[in-house]
Amino acid sequence: MNRIVVGAHYGLKDWLAQRITGVVMAVYTVILMFYLFTGGAASAEAWRATMSGGFMRFISFLFIISLCYHAWVGIRDIWMDYVKPTSVRLTLHTLTLLTLVGVAGWATQIIWRL
Amino acid sequence: MNYSVRKFDAVIVGAGGAGLRAAIQLSEAGMKTAVLTKVFPTRSHTVAAQGGVAASLGNSEEDHWHWHMYDTVKGSDWLGDQDAIEFMCRKANEVVVELEHYGMPFDRTDSGKIYQRPFGGHMSNFGEKPVRRSCAAADRTGHAMLHAMYQRNVKANTQFFVEWQALDLVRDADGEVLGVTAMDMETGEIVVFHAKATIFATGGAGRIYYSSTNAFINTGDGVGMAARAGIPLEDMEFWQFHPTGVAGAGVLITEGVRGEGGILRNAQGERFMERYAPNAKDLASRDVVSRAMVTEINEGRGCGPNKDFVLLDITHLPPETIMKRLPGIHEIAVQFAGVDALKEPIPVVPTCHYQMGGIPTNYNGQVVVPGKRTQSEIVPGFYAAGECACASVHGANRLGTNSLLDLLVFGKSAGESAVAELRAGNRTHKPLPQECIDQTLARVNRLNTQKGGANVHETRLDMQRAMQKHAGVFRFKDMLAEGVEKILGIAEQVGQTEIADKSMVFNTARIEALELDNLIEVAKATIVSANARTESRGAHVRDDAPDTPANPNGRDDANWLKHSLWYREGNRLDYKSVKLTPLSVDSIELKTRAY
Amino acid sequence: MTVSNSRKLHFKIYRYDPDKDAKPYMQDIEIEVPATDRKLLDAMVTLKAKDDSIAFRRSCREGVCGSDAMNINGKNGLACLTDLSSFPEGKPIILRPLPGLPVIRDLIVDMTQFFKQYHSIKPYLINNDPLPERERLQSPEDREELNGLYECILCACCTTACPSFWWNPDKFVGPAGLLAAYRFIADTRDQATSERLDNLEDPYRLFRCHTIMNCVDVCPKGLNPTKAIGKIKDMMVKRAI
Repeated sequence: MNRIVVGAHYGLKDWLAQRITGVVMAVYTVILMFYLFTGGAASAEAWRATMSGGFMRFISFLFIISLCYHAWVGIRDIWMDYVKPTSVRLTLHTLTLLTLVGVAGWATQIIWRL
Repeated sequence: MNYSVRKFDAVIVGAGGAGLRAAIQLSEAGMKTAVLTKVFPTRSHTVAAQGGVAASLGNSEEDHWHWHMYDTVKGSDWLGDQDAIEFMCRKANEVVVELEHYGMPFDRTDSGKIYQRPFGGHMSNFGEKPVRRSCAAADRTGHAMLHAMYQRNVKANTQFFVEWQALDLVRDADGEVLGVTAMDMETGEIVVFHAKATIFATGGAGRIYYSSTNAFINTGDGVGMAARAGIPLEDMEFWQFHPTGVAGAGVLITEGVRGEGGILRNAQGERFMERYAPNAKDLASRDVVSRAMVTEINEGRGCGPNKDFVLLDITHLPPETIMKRLPGIHEIAVQFAGVDALKEPIPVVPTCHYQMGGIPTNYNGQVVVPGKRTQSEIVPGFYAAGECACASVHGANRLGTNSLLDLLVFGKSAGESAVAELRAGNRTHKPLPQECIDQTLARVNRLNTQKGGANVHETRLDMQRAMQKHAGVFRFKDMLAEGVEKILGIAEQVGQTEIADKSMVFNTARIEALELDNLIEVAKATIVSANARTESRGAHVRDDAPDTPANPNGRDDANWLKHSLWYREGNRLDYKSVKLTPLSVDSIELKTRAY
Repeated sequence: MTVSNSRKLHFKIYRYDPDKDAKPYMQDIEIEVPATDRKLLDAMVTLKAKDDSIAFRRSCREGVCGSDAMNINGKNGLACLTDLSSFPEGKPIILRPLPGLPVIRDLIVDMTQFFKQYHSIKPYLINNDPLPERERLQSPEDREELNGLYECILCACCTTACPSFWWNPDKFVGPAGLLAAYRFIADTRDQATSERLDNLEDPYRLFRCHTIMNCVDVCPKGLNPTKAIGKIKDMMVKRAI
């Protein structure tokens, strides 16, 4: 039997999440640009000071989470388009997920260490 | 050659308006039905109908089915059967409302009802003044209708056989119809569809003419099949030439353009219809307008370098009206006439459009032929509806918007009759007549093995040119007689066509050759019937039947108030009387036709 | 027809007849067509008169039946609405079947998958109220909502130009089907909006649309499936929050 099964009911959630995380990343980029152009990265010291502020830590964390979620949906879509065997696809999904979670943890750790 | 047999309660041939409407009836009644169609249903030519469907809903002004009936009888030049016409006009509201219920996106009036526009020949109060009777979805009524009916069939789980070419009617020695043979175009496989009821809804054969508004697929397949099976063809001399086909391209411009206020002008810019039809003017009946246009052109008042067309002018209409009510026309004018209709008039010529005649039926959609006892005996198991059938509601000339109504009313009634017959258990799967199937196989086999035969394209072109020349808007005694000889000669060629392509996979060359077998039957029926009818009536106007006090407009009721019946065998003509008695009202008295 | 009144055309046509060809090939054909041939379809009919083995679908020749959709110089379109004068002089006219669907023969594709997707959105009005004796009322404004939706001719130009459909023809409804879905969602007479939205709430069926907009680019009727898809997404968001 080769029945086409659809109706997973998470299309909207992911689509919406991708848009919201996109907005978060765009806003973060604007704020970061503002700091950069107002001398926030004039020297390594200034840069460290900028990035270690409480507000900056908070939005940097949001950015990292958004980036990873956004990438998760995007990369998963690519696997769904090009990788048809279920076992291979599940493996790739898992690897992607683990990598992204790892990256998110690592990046957060860096921010908080500043 | 191999073939297989499949059994159904009913088989419908054709999935245009009439076929889909009949299919709804059968599918919703739970009958095991096969709908054969040579194109995907929404590609059928009903899709090209533009202006609307007639129904005396009275949404914008007072209207009455009786007025509609009067207009239809008058439009038919009294050749229409008045029982069928009453039946159709009384059923109109019901079938149009049904369409709305199916989801058809009609345009709306401010009060939310179906929008109606005036149309040629549709008048209020027995011919007094134009009335808004044409129910429209912009200028895409046929498209909206066909899609709505296809969608309804999807809902009803109708079983379609898409891209199957019907080959021949299966009719046994008792004259009963037992189904059709058909070919799967994709594989070349032949199947006999063995059915208790067979409904033909195969459309017209406008492609017998060189210049036609019709699609390539309008090749009269059902009419040709019926003729080969010994069914006579009724009133085939009557062909409607639509006044406004785009000059050169033949593409239809709806009469709805004139309904919305468009005007026909000659080279002098004159609104010439005022001279020919002082009352209805541009909204006179189609035959009247077409003849007026040809007269203008023949008398040197045509437009363009060759003075061979007239102009359809809508430049005086508000652009909003054009873009809202006639968006498709604007598109067609740009695409096929190269003009922006908002700013320039559209060049138009009368173009072959509709076959008034066809397979003779009664108003129940049952096919009737002259028999031992009466002139209209039912052919058991055989039904027909739409343009391929002749009920006869259009007589010698059809009114615009009555074709869509015809296919709804008679598609439905043919379906209902078949359901009733099946439910009554009167029909069984009688044994198939082998010789009938063998004849079909022989025809296909002949085509596959023919050597040194005639080219299909050229033979078809010869036929189309001959029909155009010898049986056009105006007909001439000598030309008709000559035309008969020519067409019979071409028919010989058609019997020996050869195709180079012998592939079994989607062989469109084979299909075109098989279609030509049907076209030629229609052409023969047309020219022979036209040659014999020595009067002028409706769309059939001859030089030797002039306008005299005894025969106004050349119409000779004493001798010719009768339907022609052409038989393929022996190329023979017979006649039957016109039904002048309606179902419930008084007969509409014979009168001189003027608009 | 005189020679001076004709035009020379150079075609490159995708040919494949599984009955005799091991594999598809492109055929070069040069042909004189009469000046009265204005559209690509006219020229193809002239061509077929010379070589009856070239297979393509055609019917109304006025852009309403949707039969003669094909890939013309790399872009999907209807042959009957393509002006011969739009082709640059001296360059061949390259005709291929619609991409993304199996080829039956020459320019004829198997449209089963396309119609399967169309059927999957329940393309019919759903309204379970008792039927009124006359027409259901609908204001002209409400009717206006259907403009740009109901005119679809199911030619498949859009869907077969959509990369999302190429990758997932079995799961992504495609622009034509989604346009039809919105045609019923937008119809005030239809009562199945929630069901219709449920039917599309899936990572594939609707959300494979990445607003590439090839569909809008190729639609011979000038329709905008992407806009309709956007409206469906809007409705889903509204429903969810």
